[in-house]
Amino acid sequence: MVSGIFIIITSQNYIKKIVGLAIFQTSVFVFFVSLAKIIDGTAPILNSQNNVYSNPLPHVLILTAIVVGVATSALGLAIVLQIYKNYGSIEENEIKKEELKENN
Amino acid sequence: MNFLIINFFLISILFFTTFYIFKTTSLISVVALTGVFTLVCAAIYVNLDAVDVAFTEAAVGSGISTILMVLAVAKLPEGKKNQLLNLFPSIVLSVSIVIALMLIIANLPLLGDPNAPIHLHVTPEYIKESKTIFHIPNVVTNILASYRGFDTLGETIVIFTAGIGVIVLLTSNTLNRKTKFKKKAKK
Repeated sequence: MVSGIFIIITSQNYIKKIVGLAIFQTSVFVFFVSLAKIIDGTAPILNSQNNVYSNPLPHVLILTAIVVGVATSALGLAIVLQIYKNYGSIEENEIKKEELKENN
Repeated sequence: MNFLIINFFLISILFFTTFYIFKTTSLISVVALTGVFTLVCAAIYVNLDAVDVAFTEAAVGSGISTILMVLAVAKLPEGKKNQLLNLFPSIVLSVSIVIALMLIIANLPLLGDPNAPIHLHVTPEYIKESKTIFHIPNVVTNILASYRGFDTLGETIVIFTAGIGVIVLLTSNTLNRKTKFKKKAKK
């Protein structure tokens, strides 16, 4: 999870930043799902052989969050494409340099 | 015990994948490694008894998101090797977050403890009722579509908004700046 934040802050490429965000999200999901686990339990599908099921509530929340996460990264990619159209670069430090040059 | 060994193995794969995502400069390999990352996460979900989540992660997180990223990267130039900026503050931030999370995790109930507070509140009723009321054996589906249906409706609205945003961003030309940068992009 922390490595996701690390990638977001340090790398200059916008695609890499979006990937860092996705890693950050996915690791939070794994943490949530790990809370739902019960030792000797099975998946929450009712059957006659088992009595112990893992908690279905975090699973539902994470199902929602995964799909929203994909929507977020799609929006981010569209913004990156638009940035490339306008600046001709997707590296943050190059864009900063160009902006400074234009302002002077 | 077996379960913990498999989990450690999968999480170590995740560590290596993240390290190589950080290291590589080629964008297409970053995208491929992201697909690997989410697929390994799907395996972890199966190991944690969350089969529905694993299904969604493999289809949506690993499939659709990778396809979208490949489509975007095809239009973009190769990544360049840049020196890392903000190295010191990000290391300080990361280490402090790790310490804070370790302190919190020490206070959580153990992994797989059946008497943890999360398992005692509403979940027993959901599991007991869902067969008699809805006649569907899958409890996750029951909660998603029936008990928390408005939640799912809100999710659909979010995706719809994001779709509109993507279409507007990809089709609009109003943001174009007629300056030297545009000429550079054409070269």
